[in-house]
Amino acid sequence: MFNLLSIVTFLPAMAALVLAIFLKGSDEAANRNAKWLALFATSATFLASLLILAQFDPSVTEFQMVEETSWIMGLSYKMGVDGISVLFVMLTTFCMPLVIAASWDVSTRVKEYMIAFLVLETLMLGVFMALDLVLFYFFFEAGLIPMFLVIGIWGGANRIYASFKFFLYTLLGSVLMLVAMIAMYADAGTTDIVVLMNHSFATETFAVLGIQIIGGMQTLLFLAFFASLAVKMPMWPVHTWLPDAHVQAPTAGSVVLAAILLKMGGYGFLRFCLPMFPVGSEVMAPLVYWMSAIAIVYTSLVALVQSDMKKLIAYSSVAHMGYVTMGIFAANRQGVDGAIFQMISHGFISGALFLCVGVIYDRMHTRDIDAYGGLVNKMPAYAVIFMFFSMANVGLPGTSGFIGEFLTLMGMFQVNTWVAMFATTGVILSAAYGLWLYRRVVMGDLIKESLKSITDMNWREKAIFTPLIAATLIFGVYPAPILDRIGPSVAALVEHYDTAITEAGFAREIGVQHADAQSASH
Amino acid sequence: MSADLTLILPEIVLALFAMGSLVAAVYTVKDELAGPLLWATAGLMGLLAVWIGTSGPDTQTGFNGMFQDDPFSHYAKVIILLASAIVLIMSRSYLEKRKLLRFEFPALIALSVVGMMMMVSAGDLILLYMGLELQSLALYVVASMRRDSVRSTEAGLKYFVLGALSSGLLLYGASLVYGFSGTTQFAGIYAAAEHGHVSVGLLIGLVLMIAGMGFKVSAVPFHMWTPDVYEGAPTPVTAFFATAPKVAALGLFARVMHDAFGNAVADWSQVIALISVLSMFLGAFAAIGQTDIKRLMAYSSIAHMGYALVGLAAGNVAGVKAMLIYMALYVIMNVGTFAFILTMERDGRPVSDIRNLGMYSAREPAKALALLALLFSLAGIPPFIGFWGKWAVLVAAVDANMIWLAVMAVIASVIGAYYYLRITYYMFFGDAPDEPMDDVRNPVLYGLVILCGIAVLVGIGNLFGIEGPAGFAAAALVN
Repeated sequence: MFNLLSIVTFLPAMAALVLAIFLKGSDEAANRNAKWLALFATSATFLASLLILAQFDPSVTEFQMVEETSWIMGLSYKMGVDGISVLFVMLTTFCMPLVIAASWDVSTRVKEYMIAFLVLETLMLGVFMALDLVLFYFFFEAGLIPMFLVIGIWGGANRIYASFKFFLYTLLGSVLMLVAMIAMYADAGTTDIVVLMNHSFATETFAVLGIQIIGGMQTLLFLAFFASLAVKMPMWPVHTWLPDAHVQAPTAGSVVLAAILLKMGGYGFLRFCLPMFPVGSEVMAPLVYWMSAIAIVYTSLVALVQSDMKKLIAYSSVAHMGYVTMGIFAANRQGVDGAIFQMISHGFISGALFLCVGVIYDRMHTRDIDAYGGLVNKMPAYAVIFMFFSMANVGLPGTSGFIGEFLTLMGMFQVNTWVAMFATTGVILSAAYGLWLYRRVVMGDLIKESLKSITDMNWREKAIFTPLIAATLIFGVYPAPILDRIGPSVAALVEHYDTAITEAGFAREIGVQHADAQSASH
Repeated sequence: MSADLTLILPEIVLALFAMGSLVAAVYTVKDELAGPLLWATAGLMGLLAVWIGTSGPDTQTGFNGMFQDDPFSHYAKVIILLASAIVLIMSRSYLEKRKLLRFEFPALIALSVVGMMMMVSAGDLILLYMGLELQSLALYVVASMRRDSVRSTEAGLKYFVLGALSSGLLLYGASLVYGFSGTTQFAGIYAAAEHGHVSVGLLIGLVLMIAGMGFKVSAVPFHMWTPDVYEGAPTPVTAFFATAPKVAALGLFARVMHDAFGNAVADWSQVIALISVLSMFLGAFAAIGQTDIKRLMAYSSIAHMGYALVGLAAGNVAGVKAMLIYMALYVIMNVGTFAFILTMERDGRPVSDIRNLGMYSAREPAKALALLALLFSLAGIPPFIGFWGKWAVLVAAVDANMIWLAVMAVIASVIGAYYYLRITYYMFFGDAPDEPMDDVRNPVLYGLVILCGIAVLVGIGNLFGIEGPAGFAAAALVN
């Protein structure tokens, strides 16, 4: 099958089309059909994506299963996967059936809800597979529309503010990236990502409005991409849309946002910034390091004082994304491996945490931490699962959260010890807010009258958590399946990066000193 | 001589038809004939569009260079004719319901279309002015077609006064151009106006002509009439204003800039760039506070003219091509949106407050979804064709080394996205109005809304094949 990637990408959209055209009415039966069809479609997509994984050869660092068809205006429809993107594809297809299953209790406008999520899945998959700049932008930007509607229609009380903020904030970031893409097109004469990755953009310093731009065009392009991807990521200080969007979004929306949409930012850094603008990345890396370190510490502190559970987890997401950016721009094997691992693992863990909030929100209709307490007495199974994911979020060894944090910190340590040290305090803070949240919600005596009749998780909820627990645990103990697949591609990327910056005369001072010190001591 | 007449045969046919229909209606049953005439006019326009669209790709000139028949004029004329025909068909039920369906309406539209066809074919300042005036005079009348409505007459008068002023500016500019170049023909002006050797008088003439044409395309700072006229005129007339005349005015704009002043691109490109930035930003900001959808579409069209002018400002073939693509897409999106607006009524009266759209999606999911696609397309968000329009003009701007213009354009597009989002918000999760709008069952309008909604999504594949003709047309225009 030569166009497997397109089939996987557009399968959910086809299902959405079928839903939109053929499913009539909004009665109980129609709603049930919509849910089952959506679940069936997302599961089928997951199974089809397993074929991608099966055909994928980790030892090849080039793009695989490439499809190319010419499009208009000299552009092309080009899809393909490499070691960096294939796991994001898998993460997406893996999470979507769980998201649909977690939305089983949605009762308003079920058909539209399912259509929105199916379309969203297609667009997210497209982002990870696109090998043409404009195609990437197409998917990247189009994803805003279903998410805008999901937050707006099925969101909480303040959903209008949140949906507008989400849309306009991320759009403002993206359009600068669009201009940068056009500038790249003008410079290289193509929008083919594979060609662009081997195209060296100019690095000669020049002045813009009297300011010397070190790294020249690459730095400017980097900044334009950074504006978009940092918002998407989100990095401190442009993260403020995320807590609002998370709090107002329905549970499934939060899961998609945390587990998949945030990863587009990190994926973009890996796909564009490091390979295409190595010098720009190198010039701006110290800024990114410190922004990441501040993000980790600051947002962890902010998370400590939250009274809304979703907001707390949202801030914790920002902190965890700080490790990702730190690892990516450390630009060494450990750092980049760790960053990708951290993104995958954060997909499982934060998704599960939002689902945990969803479980009790469905019962009590409040996310206020003070409204809970002593849930362990009535919901023992829930207490165990919630504890497991709280611990994974903290980065307990044995869970996948640990591997990602450890690798990124290790990568960072080789480049900038101070930043690594500063960021490591985030691990302690995350334990503080994670455990404190857990104590306040689950531990203690059940004294609140309203909680007396709460019921434990039903089989459907348990079934949703099972694969997430399995993934978190397996990859926590045995990370090789992931690291082996990303390894060769990451090694090639890092090598390409090092060559490019050395050629441009931007050899890494700190790294070099470190290496010198090592060789001297031997 | 006969060769000259053959060249303008489509224009002659349309003009004769318009006059003939006036005479026929006056001497027979008058307004009762309006319905059939409207269909006949639309049908004739469709036929002419096919005729012009399938005519050869050669460039021919007639009347000693006054009239130019080239791929550029073909492209513009096909869009103008098709847009006018569709708007005519769209208007019927609205006008009939309000007893506005007079026999003069199709005839006036046809005459203004003849003017537009002259405009895009102009090769001489005289023909330019004649075409422009024929178009404008017909439009002044249809704007105030609703004689018993103060708003409509106000719109017509305002349009007339400001339009006359702009014509005056244009004429004054044209006279200066004539005085300093010694000819009214574009070819002669082209030879006289060479970059670096453009005399001050010619330059002033050029700027005055830009001002005059700026009025016609409603670019800032010559946009003042647009919101009032859009709001006051009957909705079908507004729909017409928003489509064909804009294409014609931009076509004329490009024609004059490249055919007459193509040797002095550097002299006008900065002026156009400034106008386009101002239009984009004013269109984006001023629409934020609007609740009337017709006023909103007026500001939206101002912003869109700004984007189209980005293509013109680039001053090269890619720029003109981008502008032509942009205009075609703009027409599709506007036809769909106005078809929707025409169905907005309560108790049989048209309403235009967007708050009436509250929770519209619950009642009319298909139409709401189509409008959603149209609005996001207007906002330039992928995966809708509006994005290709933006992409094309931005690429042209960057190619012409005007990155600042591209950056301005995208920032304005984010601000502009807000008001399109706001309509979406009302439709999908706003509060339902106290009293819902009427359930207008009109198959023509309904079909058009859905069709355009599907078109803006499906069109991303190949842009309905307009890329090739647009490139061809642009290459024919730019020397």
